[in-house]
Amino acid sequence: MPEQRVVEPEYLLLEAPRERKFITGSQAFAEAVKRANVDVAIAYPITPQSETMHLVGDLYAQGYVKDYYRAEEEYGAMSAIAGAVRGGARAFSATSGPGLLRGLEAIVSWPGHRIPAVLGVMTRVVNAPLSIQPDNVEIAYLLHSGLIVLHAENQQDVFDFTLAGFVISEKVDVYLPVVVATEGFFVTHAKGYVDLPPEDMKLPPRDPYKAPVPPTDCEIPPARIQRDAPVQKSNFMSYLIHAVWQQEVWSANKRAAKWIKHYLGGLIEVVNPDAEVFIVASGCAAAQGREAQRYATMEGLNVGLVKVKSLRPFPTDEIREVLKNAKAVIVPEHNIVGWLAKEVKASIPNSGIVVDGPRVYGGMTLPVELIMDEIYKAFGIKKEKKTVV
Amino acid sequence: MAKKNPIQPGPEGYIPTPAAFQGCDLPPPGKALLYGEIVDEETAMREAAKALLTRKNPTIFPGPLVLWGWSSDAMEKAKAVLELAKEIPNCRIIPMPDYRPKYPKIDPEAEINPNHPNLTILHNRIEVCIFVGVHCHYANLSLRMIRAGTNCYTIALCGEMGHEDAMVSLRDVHADEIRKFKDVLVEVRKELGIEWEPKLPPENPSLPKEEWVKVSPLDFGEYAYLLIPRRGEIVEESE
Repeated sequence: MPEQRVVEPEYLLLEAPRERKFITGSQAFAEAVKRANVDVAIAYPITPQSETMHLVGDLYAQGYVKDYYRAEEEYGAMSAIAGAVRGGARAFSATSGPGLLRGLEAIVSWPGHRIPAVLGVMTRVVNAPLSIQPDNVEIAYLLHSGLIVLHAENQQDVFDFTLAGFVISEKVDVYLPVVVATEGFFVTHAKGYVDLPPEDMKLPPRDPYKAPVPPTDCEIPPARIQRDAPVQKSNFMSYLIHAVWQQEVWSANKRAAKWIKHYLGGLIEVVNPDAEVFIVASGCAAAQGREAQRYATMEGLNVGLVKVKSLRPFPTDEIREVLKNAKAVIVPEHNIVGWLAKEVKASIPNSGIVVDGPRVYGGMTLPVELIMDEIYKAFGIKKEKKTVV
Repeated sequence: MAKKNPIQPGPEGYIPTPAAFQGCDLPPPGKALLYGEIVDEETAMREAAKALLTRKNPTIFPGPLVLWGWSSDAMEKAKAVLELAKEIPNCRIIPMPDYRPKYPKIDPEAEINPNHPNLTILHNRIEVCIFVGVHCHYANLSLRMIRAGTNCYTIALCGEMGHEDAMVSLRDVHADEIRKFKDVLVEVRKELGIEWEPKLPPENPSLPKEEWVKVSPLDFGEYAYLLIPRRGEIVEESE
């Protein structure tokens, strides 16, 4: 059993010295789990998630994670996570694309059941024809269920969001599951620099009694205090209880914003706030947007970047404030439906300035040149296209 | 926040807008919420005291964390709640013993239930109440429904971070803080010229009189099976 000392979340996340490592996104997930004092990890393998949970399995073998098993499939995995968390455990799981959709019924019940857990989502194509390549349309399915959804740009984000995710999810005023999504392969199987705090430190254990709900649905003498009966027995309840229950989930989701700001420095990151044209992007698209912003600046164009770290709670006010003087807003995405562009349009009064795209999907990479084309159009610059034969 | 002091006694209407949706934030440590705004604890306590002393049928709703908490802290908190109840003129105590929906209907004089709290509020014409020892999730459900459907002034004495949907919400409230609130209430009562000799609230009229000399498993009603007694056994002593 490795020796780890418990330190306060503030110290581990914000103050502890960090050492730079060159690791994959999957390794970054595992490094976060290693320091998170996780009681149980349960998952079912699917590409590109499998490597992460394999590494978490290694952590179990080494003694960092107290229990670990491969469930029968994702519905079983996500249901078991709910059971473990109700019983007082700190739990981690991860999945991808079709696996996420298979487990979705259980996953979207977590917020209503007030299940604080962390779920890694390594995105991949979900629609036929079958593909294992990165495409993040599955994130759209997560946005309307009350889950907190963070979208990691790179390996460093994966580590920081996952470790902070455990802390944020267990705050009494939040107590919701946190999804840390990132692009499969582009982040999970590629290496990047990650600044890590010492591995001989870990978060304090979960205190299931510091909670907005009783910790277990079992016998608590002298009364059996059930948590979930109003949800499960709808004939015993008024419609209003379900309405205010949903409101409570979304109120808790809003309350998470202050903790995301505290531990992760904000719901968004802004580069060049006085820009005329903005790129608004999340996840891997933010990395490409960052490069496009740099190229544009080198060409003397006044372009800014808004990286959206938190998709839920969505930073509506922050985005409206940053974009108040923008002439055009470019929203590059790794999916065909443009779920982020829709969110951005709904956040600002002049949605006509939002450019729908560029978008790539089915596993295609997102070349910086595609974003540059939209930047040139926004500035009215005509570029000659060269055809090389 | 668009409107100043947005969280007022209702009835707000068919479906309430949660305070969090209106931009109300929970108070930081050492502060309190008054009508959805962050204020000093003392200011909030004085407003809560005024409401308890001037509105009709003040009632305390203790929840499982006070009623069933098996720790010295919980017992001390329960004692402090009784001390506070003694100082509120004509105060009643109606427990929220658990969170199960009761079918077909609760006895509104005996208990309050988070799934339909307004049955108890309206039946007893309660115009001011205190939530204490109720898990935050269930307190928030109740506070929102009460604000939607009644004119009851709600006060939340929260052991955690507070409640945006109460008119007054204090945070990190344990036995000492309840006693501090009691002292503020006594001070405000004197300022208002209200004469009152401290006394315990009346027994809950709906509950059978408790006979502590002989406790039978039958006294535990539907929970009797938890005790697993021998057939015909009468428990003469209990802790």
